[in-house]
Amino acid sequence: MERLFDFSDYGQLIPLVQNSLIAGLLLGIMGGLIGVFVMTRDMSFAVHGISELSFAGAAIALLVGLNVALGATIGSIVAAIIIAIMGTRAKDRNSIIAVLMPFGLGIGILALALYEGRAANKFGLLTGQIIAVDNPQVFWLIATSLVVVIALLVIWRPLSFASLDPEVAEARGVPTKALGIIFMLLLALAVAASLQIVGALLVLTLLVTPAAAALRLTASPLLVPILSMVFAALAVVGGILLALGGGLPISPYVTTLSFGIYLVARVIEKVRVRQVKS
Amino acid sequence: MSKQVVLNIQKASLSFGDRGIWKDLELSVAAGEFMAVIGANASGKTVLLKAILGQLKLSSGAIELLGKSVAHGSRQIGYIPQHRQADSGLPLRARDLLRMGLDGHRFGIPFPSSATNKKVSEMLEAVGAEDIANTPIGQLSGGQLQRIRVAQAVIDNPKLILADEPLSALDLKQQSLVAELINSQRQQNGAAVLFVTHDVNPVLDYIDRVLYLANGQFRIGTPDEVLRSDVLSKLYGRNVDVVRNQGRIAVLGSSDHTHHDDEKWT
Repeated sequence: MERLFDFSDYGQLIPLVQNSLIAGLLLGIMGGLIGVFVMTRDMSFAVHGISELSFAGAAIALLVGLNVALGATIGSIVAAIIIAIMGTRAKDRNSIIAVLMPFGLGIGILALALYEGRAANKFGLLTGQIIAVDNPQVFWLIATSLVVVIALLVIWRPLSFASLDPEVAEARGVPTKALGIIFMLLLALAVAASLQIVGALLVLTLLVTPAAAALRLTASPLLVPILSMVFAALAVVGGILLALGGGLPISPYVTTLSFGIYLVARVIEKVRVRQVKS
Repeated sequence: MSKQVVLNIQKASLSFGDRGIWKDLELSVAAGEFMAVIGANASGKTVLLKAILGQLKLSSGAIELLGKSVAHGSRQIGYIPQHRQADSGLPLRARDLLRMGLDGHRFGIPFPSSATNKKVSEMLEAVGAEDIANTPIGQLSGGQLQRIRVAQAVIDNPKLILADEPLSALDLKQQSLVAELINSQRQQNGAAVLFVTHDVNPVLDYIDRVLYLANGQFRIGTPDEVLRSDVLSKLYGRNVDVVRNQGRIAVLGSSDHTHHDDEKWT
């Protein structure tokens, strides 16, 4: 139990991870926001597929000594472009993702096997970092999150229209195809950023679970993204704070919080339905 | 005073590879006109709508909306799609779906605005849907969703309303309610209506003219001019019977599901 939660010296630790907390907060806001579109566009599987190729890019960067964040971003953008071009129909999309995913993972594992540096670096790419996110990486995370959040706010309405009511949106002159490609690129950035905190295997916990929980509680197009952002930020920031003392990766804390929020949302939904019926 | 021509189709032909869909189609639809597009399955009804929206390229000829060709959709067009059950988990209530018809194309976030809310509320009232305004669209019945669809299509005052089988999958009562609604909205806002349907009966009282597509050919005229045994037999190239009974019309013997609802006769 002491390994899981250790709050001694807590007061001294907090300032050290201040940057990580800011990055985590922004990451939560970004994940919660883009997660809404991941859900409405039925892209959960694509998130997973992109994250495996992003992992490959990060692993190769680690091996050849480049910036890991840059490697992760290049990997996920390549994946997003392939999926956007080849997977316009849902069925094609799923099979292309399923083909890409193990390939990306395989390349990544090869690069890690050849890498001779610290083992913690290797493991971190798949399952998440121990809290010490260094400064250049924090800067990268903050920049990526800001780009994604601002771009999403700008295209929010037409992207919603194109995602929720594509046939009518197209008839009304909304550029649904271009918006789809822009969305995939933003998703790639979001995945690459999330990967560095929670790891490639757990990206869904930030980009899908919070939005899924929010959708259980309301159908309001304004409340869903707000709740989703709050849930994701709670999970990341809470996860970082809980993990502080233990020296364990933060991902299990983040994923558990995220899952817990989802469970609570489902229970609330159940209770509400019962109240309506009685 | 002659009415403004909204849609002008000149010598338009469309084919997929060797398969011609229709050839040398000539059609002019004026403001306020209600035009039904009927025809066999695969006679190119829906394809015609896609060509008007600029989503499909003509093999030859031209289609102009208010004197200009359409590239990829247009805000002068209100579109009513076929009824499809919406997913239950979508973050979208009836009023949100309606609002997208007004400002869904604009950038930014849909902040609540009193002017927009007023317009949305007026439109909800016009289609008798105030009570379902905040219902998630996944929980709406077919008739309720299609009423919202009609409101969504007209809220931005389009010049042309394109409807693609908007009544299919509705029961007879809802069919006539939604058809009546489309008609009254057209009268109020003066838009032209191009109404694709396999069954002309629900809109028979409202339509001005019919475009009948079959065999890559077409006939245009009032229902009385087109929906006749001799005219349609010639169009199909075989014997076709048009039967009228109690104000309803059935086309028998076209044997490719163009028959209008005869299975529903009682």
